[in-house]
Amino acid sequence: MDKLKIGTCWLDGCSGCHMSLLDMDEGIVAVLRKADIVFGPLVDAQEWPEGVDVAVIEGAVSSQDDLKLAQTARARSKVVVALGDCAVTGNVPSMRNGIPVRTLLKRVYIEGATERPGSEPPVVPTDGVPGLLKHAEPLHSAIKVDVHVPGCPPRPNAILFVLSELLEGRMPDLGSKMRFG
Amino acid sequence: MTEKVKVRIDGEVIAATAGQTILEVARANGKYIPALCYMEGLSAVGACRLCMVQVAGVARLLPACTTPVQEGLAIDTTSAQLESYRKIALELLLAERNHVCAVCVSSGHCELQTLAQEHGVTYVRYPYNYPRLTVDTTHPRYVLDHNRCILCSRCVRTCAEIEGAHVWDMAGRGIDTRLVSELKRPWGEATSCTSCGKCVQACPTGAMAEKGWAVEEMTKQRTVVSRLTSMREGQ
Repeated sequence: MDKLKIGTCWLDGCSGCHMSLLDMDEGIVAVLRKADIVFGPLVDAQEWPEGVDVAVIEGAVSSQDDLKLAQTARARSKVVVALGDCAVTGNVPSMRNGIPVRTLLKRVYIEGATERPGSEPPVVPTDGVPGLLKHAEPLHSAIKVDVHVPGCPPRPNAILFVLSELLEGRMPDLGSKMRFG
Repeated sequence: MTEKVKVRIDGEVIAATAGQTILEVARANGKYIPALCYMEGLSAVGACRLCMVQVAGVARLLPACTTPVQEGLAIDTTSAQLESYRKIALELLLAERNHVCAVCVSSGHCELQTLAQEHGVTYVRYPYNYPRLTVDTTHPRYVLDHNRCILCSRCVRTCAEIEGAHVWDMAGRGIDTRLVSELKRPWGEATSCTSCGKCVQACPTGAMAEKGWAVEEMTKQRTVVSRLTSMREGQ
């Protein structure tokens, strides 16, 4: 039997959910017996491949790049898992949503900059950085999400449960096992 | 008033006293009806809509906390329909303000968070509102974070009915409603506040907390109000 394919990525998040994913101890061996991780922060692939079975996405959708990656992952994957509170609710990244983007960037890059004698005046960077969206939004506001796994981060055994069920072809029922935060 | 009545809750015949509410009778008989704005020892206001129940012969749902029992009432406290409405109510509460559990002092001890979990709310179907709200840190010992307030008014009633100071009130209407201290003075400048902290203990979320606690560290004494009330009734 061909191995299944898992892709993972993080959008506007802290990578803590990926840490939790790696923290499932020997559980990861059982996962990797059934599936290959074909895309993710620890994988060389530059682009989200076609034919992924399970997409595991951490983080809120906060920038144009986030949106593009989420849409690509959705188009090329059978099942999409929103992993962790940022992907599920917007969480900490969404705390900027009450502030207009322009004001936010000015506060961080101009007013927040320490001026040194002789240095160029501070500017808001635009080259090589993705444009921010108006809001950092939960993943399901941008793409269809099949499984929501709340938690900051979700516990490793919860992630293992979700992946194991999906790799067995079942939709995981988290019921009342998970909470926000 | 000690007139006895018989009601049927989820099929079980239960003896109650006229004047008691459905919620009181249900809880006294070990039947769980979720509620956020209800607190034993305070008047009931029916604000959170989580305790809605189905009464036979009544077309609309009724809040258990404000509906008195009558002879022969047949009440359903659990059904797929009620469950779906309670889930909607919880999701709307979560969507209305900025409930970021991950950075909240009350995470792990929050009634809203716990109820969301119990009702299987793994995400919110409605668009988040993202209001820009303030945090009042002017009181030397306590903090009020409007981002986490669900307008249950337990603090308002605790202060008015138990402490007798009536520092808190609601100002504005609808989605613009805000909890205010002493006609919109900062909490720290509210001269009628006795700093007793019972409002903090009564708050179901992290909206009111003692200063100095980090994430997940704020635990509350949930029984402080009911204990005081029962002691006063005994006098």
